[in-house]
Amino acid sequence: MIRLVKRTDRFKGQALAIPALAVLFAFGAGALILLLFGVNPLSAYWAMAKGAFGSGYLASEVLVKAAPMTLTGLAVALGVTMLLWNIGCEGQLVMGAVFAAGVGLFGSAYLPDWAMLPAAAGAGALGGALWAMGPALLKAGFRVNEILTTLLLNYVAVILMEHLYFGPWRNPQGLGFPGTAAIADSAMLPRFFGTRIHLGLFLALTIALMLGALLRHSKWGFQLRVAGLGPKAARYAAIPVKRRTLEVMAASGALAGLAGMGEICGLQHRLQEGLSIGYGYDGIIVAFLARLNPLAVPVAAVFLSAVTIGAERLQTSLGLPSSIELVLKGCLVFGYLAGEGATRWRLHFGGQTTPAMAAEGGHAE
Amino acid sequence: MLSEVTMVGQIAVKASIGVLLGSLGEIVTEKSGVLNLGVEGMMLFGAMAGFAVGSITGNAYLAASAGMVGGGLLGLLHAVFSISLQANQVLSGLAITIFGSGLAHFLGRPFINARGVTLAPLPIPLLSDIPVLGKVFFSQSILAYTAYALTLILYFMLTKSRTGLVIRAAGEDAAAADAAGTPVTTIRYASTVFGGMLAGLGGAYLSLVHTPGWKEHMTGGQGWIAIAMVLFSVWNPLWAFCGALLFGVLTALQFAFQMWGVTAVPQYILKMMPYLLTIMVMAVIHLSPSLRRKSGAPGDLGRPFSREG
Repeated sequence: MIRLVKRTDRFKGQALAIPALAVLFAFGAGALILLLFGVNPLSAYWAMAKGAFGSGYLASEVLVKAAPMTLTGLAVALGVTMLLWNIGCEGQLVMGAVFAAGVGLFGSAYLPDWAMLPAAAGAGALGGALWAMGPALLKAGFRVNEILTTLLLNYVAVILMEHLYFGPWRNPQGLGFPGTAAIADSAMLPRFFGTRIHLGLFLALTIALMLGALLRHSKWGFQLRVAGLGPKAARYAAIPVKRRTLEVMAASGALAGLAGMGEICGLQHRLQEGLSIGYGYDGIIVAFLARLNPLAVPVAAVFLSAVTIGAERLQTSLGLPSSIELVLKGCLVFGYLAGEGATRWRLHFGGQTTPAMAAEGGHAE
Repeated sequence: MLSEVTMVGQIAVKASIGVLLGSLGEIVTEKSGVLNLGVEGMMLFGAMAGFAVGSITGNAYLAASAGMVGGGLLGLLHAVFSISLQANQVLSGLAITIFGSGLAHFLGRPFINARGVTLAPLPIPLLSDIPVLGKVFFSQSILAYTAYALTLILYFMLTKSRTGLVIRAAGEDAAAADAAGTPVTTIRYASTVFGGMLAGLGGAYLSLVHTPGWKEHMTGGQGWIAIAMVLFSVWNPLWAFCGALLFGVLTALQFAFQMWGVTAVPQYILKMMPYLLTIMVMAVIHLSPSLRRKSGAPGDLGRPFSREG
């Protein structure tokens, strides 16, 4: 007889088992959907792999996209560590881009060249942090659910950005094309290896290392982790939850804002359409695939970036709508949840419930 | 002037029905103790499914039903994860939104700019002759009347009927309800699927009535506003009606200001208003201690239930 027995212990390798199960589940579920659509899943996945890593240039593009995903992944992971759900990274990214573009467009009249990049980066972080402050204050002051407030502000940020590049910031020499003029050269992030990989990637990796150390080894990080155990634990440990809430939301918003700065100063060089393409929501998936561990976030970001780019290429290679990307991403979250559920149980083969199993809370079904 | 006010009122009601249906479904789901953050994805999928089936069959009622079935299936998926697997409900809901949007865009690709069916306004005899109010409320589509009826039915069901009592018990204190013999799991499953069906119907309303046709991202956050309106409504269907109407009025004002040539408030500010006001409304609810006390938030909302604890 086979039974499901609830685990009370954590087993070694759980940190790897869950993401692995998530990926297996996602590609399994994706295969079913592709089959229903009359597409051979194996050839689709092969095309995705080739689309993401088929050449040096394609692989470099995976890293280009991994930079903002790392930053938004860190933003979400930092929040969820203390049970704060910042679902507003998309809007914070947009506001970071707007602030950075503002410096890039108008700053050179007031600032020396060497100060332009630091100012743009600072402005990007500030824009993201400010955008997260409203929800943070409402949460800390009146316990207003931050999931909804951060999310609703995403729509507001996009409307504001569109207003700017359709209206007051529109490039007068743009031939009617909606978008601002290019930012000053001095505000552009340097690129490397003859690819589009820019300094933002290394910035993101540095921040991941720093955040990992901060969460693990500082008192501040310890308090966040205790607060993450629940409100009772936080109260018992006398943690100033309101203050930490404001700090964490500001930091989280700043990280997402930096991602927006990277998109402007590293890639697009102007505010235009195609900036809000879901990196904020990708951050949620990245954070959980990394099991909220900042050091694992870059790895998860590279993986998700490869899925994104691979799925985009399916449009040219197999004529599939690129939205298959979102389907796979949804499956990844379900896969994570299924993997987490699966590791909470273990299979027990054989006879009756032993006293040890009963003590573990096992039950026969 | 009066006829213009009537027209704006009519647009306001017309714009509010999608949010209203989504909120009503979410109220029932949350009352049973399950938090569903997948409403946006369910609405988008319902909008696509409704329009696609309408486009293929040419039957608007089949189309609306398809939207309901589509939303219901996503509701079932959420139920499997959040109830049976006891997964984190926030994450499961977000997964539904990502997956539902993706699937809607994936399957809906052939239906962009396709010819479809619409549900025409169906003025109710006598009632639609009432000055102003008749035009505003009773010259709408059949889905609007369905939403009015559901508002009342769900209000009485939740507050006055045995079914409502059982749903509220499952959401308030699942362990106590279970000890008293209430089938908590069954009730939560049914409520979650029901909520999904109404969200899907709300989506189908958008693609069949409000802005006929299928466009990617066409819900534009209405699913999230529906969830926020549940907080505003303090889990009361009658207040959800008012909340949805408030959203409709803000949407209608964009048209009204344009029509009347009011330029004091720029267009982009008006476009932001529904989102910003929704946030303000949530803040106001939390500001008032008396409202918060009788807010009626289910005690076990978002908490999975298992006998083993």
